[in-house]
Amino acid sequence: MNNTADKFILLFLRIITYAIVLIIGYILFDIIKNGFTALNWQFVSSFPRRSGAAGGIFPAIIGTLYLVVGTIAVSLPLGIGGAIYLAEYADQGRFNSLIRLAIVTLAGVPSIVFGLFGLGVFVLFCGFGPSILAGSLTLACMVLPTIIVASEESLRAVPKGFRDASLALGATKWEMIRTNILPYSISGMITGSILGIGRAAGETAPILLTVAAFYLPKLPKTVFDQVMALPYHLYILATQHPEADRIRHMQYGTALILLLLVLGLSLGAILIRKHFRKKFRW
Amino acid sequence: MVEQSIYPKNMEMVITTSQVNFFYGPTQALFDISLLIPAQQVTALIGPSGCGKSTFLRCLNRMNDTIPHSRVEGEISINRKNIYAPGTDVVELRKEVGMVFQKSNPFPKSIFDNVAYGPRIHGEKDHKRLSEIVEQSLQQAAIWDEVKDRLHANAMGLSGGQQQRLCIARALAVGPKILLMDEPASALDPKSTMRIEDLIGELRTNYTIVIVTHNMQQAARVSDYTAFFYEGHLIECDATSKIFTNPRQKQTEDYITGRFG
Repeated sequence: MNNTADKFILLFLRIITYAIVLIIGYILFDIIKNGFTALNWQFVSSFPRRSGAAGGIFPAIIGTLYLVVGTIAVSLPLGIGGAIYLAEYADQGRFNSLIRLAIVTLAGVPSIVFGLFGLGVFVLFCGFGPSILAGSLTLACMVLPTIIVASEESLRAVPKGFRDASLALGATKWEMIRTNILPYSISGMITGSILGIGRAAGETAPILLTVAAFYLPKLPKTVFDQVMALPYHLYILATQHPEADRIRHMQYGTALILLLLVLGLSLGAILIRKHFRKKFRW
Repeated sequence: MVEQSIYPKNMEMVITTSQVNFFYGPTQALFDISLLIPAQQVTALIGPSGCGKSTFLRCLNRMNDTIPHSRVEGEISINRKNIYAPGTDVVELRKEVGMVFQKSNPFPKSIFDNVAYGPRIHGEKDHKRLSEIVEQSLQQAAIWDEVKDRLHANAMGLSGGQQQRLCIARALAVGPKILLMDEPASALDPKSTMRIEDLIGELRTNYTIVIVTHNMQQAARVSDYTAFFYEGHLIECDATSKIFTNPRQKQTEDYITGRFG
């Protein structure tokens, strides 16, 4: 009796898993099949022509790269710093659980709300205008919860024995963290963070209001310039463009490039993790 | 209360504790512990699980400071200095009072870096000097011959017993006078345990050792003095030979004869 139930559950779970893989597989297959035809050197290296109906998406790639770099530069130190405070220094009391609740809630806030927040605070109040700076800050706010949670988890995963041993040898708390906690947890922090940032790279709503332009004739020069960005470019091509039906290959091509970019980030995260895993194992 | 009379007249006391109470939040774990620990002797703390022996041990280098909502009352003096007095430098204290833990906990670094860790954080940068300290400490911990050819291999590759001796070497490298050992052999096989016990016998000529153990045979083998803890109280402390042959307290006798615990 029990055995049949077990078999049934196993079958059920297996079907669900296959279904998920199938769906994702189909989406990927569709994008790759249709996007591949648009891919060529000119597509990734030249500016768009005829409102994106022809030409390439070079400035959008560059723009998204800038935003990713900006987001990493802002969110990584902030998120890791916050996680160190929460995991190592903060009293594990009520205040701490309140902060934690806030972070979890923040993670669930819709991205358009972050976009509006960025518009209100960074673009208007701080006076940065629509710019790489405002966009990066907005995206950083959005990924902060992911980074904090991932970093805190990898800090807490460091065995208590290392902490005790460090302190007992006369290390101060910060010496202990610097020499015997961060080196072992940094890979987990960076991996978790990059996965979060990879997701942010594909977000449209936050950059829509804070940085993205549909067409710019020149590449940005400073952080106060606007940029084009892949998700926004894709959004316009697919839904707002007068020739939307006739430029499917451009849309698929853009989607594919965006996908490859995020994939590249994830791959980087995996390589970093592998590197550190080899260095510190216990 | 422990009388001075159990010790020879001219024996120097390194650690004196007087009426130490310890609280984990609202729970009191230690009650009025007054104990003297003589220099260059091995003092064993025995008692059933949860009797407070480890808690007491961790008071001696203030490792309990890291536990939130914990509180110490009473006085613990090491070399006549109250270590809980305001303004005490915990880093200096822990340089003086080394600790070895129940579960061997080498860092996932090379053997060399493990031993050099303490001296390095205390400012020693000279590689030659560090090498000397590392060799000396590993020799003192009776593991030099086993690791001298692979000092730069990861310490995690050592066996459990070797790891524990490495941890002892790491503690010695800081140059402590006192060594606290919290059940240092309880996770080891009999052969490794024997090596640790032999090592304790060698170290006692230069160090004051306080060892927590739940293994009474071990206490009998390695220690000069034994203190018996029960439910947070110090029941009895005396010369080890006396405790195991002719204890004064009924509870001690019951425990060492295996009637409980």
